[in-house]
Amino acid sequence: MKRIYSVLVENRSGVLMKVAGLFCRRGFNIDSLAVGETDDPKVSCMTIVSSGDERTIEQIEKQLNKKLDVIKVKTFDEKISVTRELMLVKVKYNKNNRRDIMEICDILKANIVDMSKHFMVIQICDRPDKIEILLNMLKEVSIVEVARTGVLALQKCSETDK
Amino acid sequence: MNGADALVKCLTEEGVDTVFGYPGVAICPFYNSILDSDIRTVLIRTEQNAAHAASGMARMTGKPGVCAVTSGPGATNVITGIATAFADSIPLVCITGQVSTNLIGCDVFQEADITGAVESFVKYSYLVKDVNDIPRIVKEAFHIANTGRKGPVLIDVPIDVQNATIRNFKYPEEVKLRTYKPTVKGNMAQIKKVLAEFSKAKKPIICAGGGVLLSEAQFEIRKFAEKYNIPVVSTMMGIGVMPTEHPMYFGMVGNNGKPYANKAMNESDLLIMVGARVADRAVNQPDLITKGKVLVHIDVDPAEIGKNVGPHIPIVGDCKSIFEDINGSEFECNDFKAWIDELNTYKKDLAVVRKPNPKYVDPAAFIDMLSKNMKDDAVYVADVGQNQIWSCSYHIVKDGRFMTSGGMGTMGYSIPAAMGVKCACPDKQVVAVCGDGAFQMSMCELATMRQHDINVKIIVLTNNYLGMVREYQHYTYKDAYSVVDLSGNPDLEKLSSAYDMKFLRLKDMKDAEKVIKEFLKKDESALLECLIDPMDTVK
Repeated sequence: MKRIYSVLVENRSGVLMKVAGLFCRRGFNIDSLAVGETDDPKVSCMTIVSSGDERTIEQIEKQLNKKLDVIKVKTFDEKISVTRELMLVKVKYNKNNRRDIMEICDILKANIVDMSKHFMVIQICDRPDKIEILLNMLKEVSIVEVARTGVLALQKCSETDK
Repeated sequence: MNGADALVKCLTEEGVDTVFGYPGVAICPFYNSILDSDIRTVLIRTEQNAAHAASGMARMTGKPGVCAVTSGPGATNVITGIATAFADSIPLVCITGQVSTNLIGCDVFQEADITGAVESFVKYSYLVKDVNDIPRIVKEAFHIANTGRKGPVLIDVPIDVQNATIRNFKYPEEVKLRTYKPTVKGNMAQIKKVLAEFSKAKKPIICAGGGVLLSEAQFEIRKFAEKYNIPVVSTMMGIGVMPTEHPMYFGMVGNNGKPYANKAMNESDLLIMVGARVADRAVNQPDLITKGKVLVHIDVDPAEIGKNVGPHIPIVGDCKSIFEDINGSEFECNDFKAWIDELNTYKKDLAVVRKPNPKYVDPAAFIDMLSKNMKDDAVYVADVGQNQIWSCSYHIVKDGRFMTSGGMGTMGYSIPAAMGVKCACPDKQVVAVCGDGAFQMSMCELATMRQHDINVKIIVLTNNYLGMVREYQHYTYKDAYSVVDLSGNPDLEKLSSAYDMKFLRLKDMKDAEKVIKEFLKKDESALLECLIDPMDTVK
């Protein structure tokens, strides 16, 4: 079961290590992790995607709450959240497949943001499943490098209304 | 006033009277400032034991024990002591010296990333970067260590911060931590549910863990057990919650516990786990304690509830506060006489029968006799190994305390911890019981005892083996003994005389009572060696 944790933490040195170390020490799995400052520069938000059975999920939440640098833990399913991920892919192209690549980008709403004689960098910002589709399509071409931010997520507005 | 003066001032403000430690250059400003205070310093002989001694002290006083060591190897040596305290939720404040701020990260002499290294063994840690933060940090450290689920807190102080001048020293009156507000009071609705279960129950039982002693809830629990005739069992860390010979006490549970205690727990229809983690040693089949019964789990740490077993009624809060609320409530319940009679039958039928070898001291009979001769409020500190299991099984707690390293099982714990106990309560009789293996891990502390007049009674059960591992290899590897032979042991009589310590030796049970009386007679350090059968087992 995939679960998203939105963890507000004190923006201090060493906090990322403490949170990541907790997952490592308790044998919890991290699928992705994204960190950034919030509107308050003293507070960072970590978005962690993890999977496990119900007991593991409950333990992760409790153990996170025990950390003194953790201000708040929110957890939610993918279904009730707005999720986005940014990916940059560098591909090698030639004149035979150039049009195909551009077509794929067009269909999947990805942009070509950099280009040289043999290489191009494609950018996509979308739901994680769309990102997977683009990645699979580009595997037909030759992928040189991939960089992904990991999933960012916020609860859907309708959930916040409740 | 510099940072080191401020540190010492903060400790004085917290009422600290003893610091255990080992200096080095990086902590020298602190040890220089402490000269001008009334704080007693004890030079322990290895840093690990500084944390153990602080742990013994904390367990007696209910306040955080304090140790202070230098950077690099001083700090890394103390880790085992910190981890031991963490596993048993003992409050410590551990101060480590650190290299100068501008050199951190350069791998200079005696530099170690100690806050990084101890991360998974501390409740919290600080690296002090600004001297003006010292009062706030120390205040927070003592608060964090001794509230909620207690535990060790480490403060790493670079030498330049200790030497820097502090502007307007003011010790804060209160802490402001937005992320830390442990629950003390139990939810009344949950408590009412428990009382409703009590009204229905026919076979209730309380299983008390170390958390009960940490919150000093033992008297409330005794009161409750006595008022309603409710039997109590304990985990290893909970030994002493009830006097051993209390009619409502039915022994220690677990794979090294009393068979009748386990049966009592499994046969019950309402089980109250209080201040216990339900860890593998105490409950190796968690499903047995939920099947056919209502399980109530009371703990101050919400993460412990549901970690190893899912309770029917969880209550988060301080054990003492919750049992005060329970004792303050009125409720009707059955008369549990039939249940108590049943438990007493188990106690009789499932009593362990040992076949001691008459050529040696029988640890069971010896510990029983020792406890009977100890003062009622004496403190018994057991080490780790076979001696720990025998101590748990045969020591009789009256009004005193029983201590051991339960969670981590750190060998060598008993002597330094007993020293900490004695420093906290100089009038109490303090006995450390260890094997010949553990003794040699901490025997350097005989010098500390002598230097600082810390009178601890040490009992060494000698079998020339690492007995617990030998026993394991006996059962698991059919007597293929590997690296457990302790031949090469020193002559303890000569060793004692080297430290000017009284020495007694017991070869069998013949003169045991006389020798024990002689050993315990005066308030002086003494070492009693008991020769036990190398092939003896705890099972």
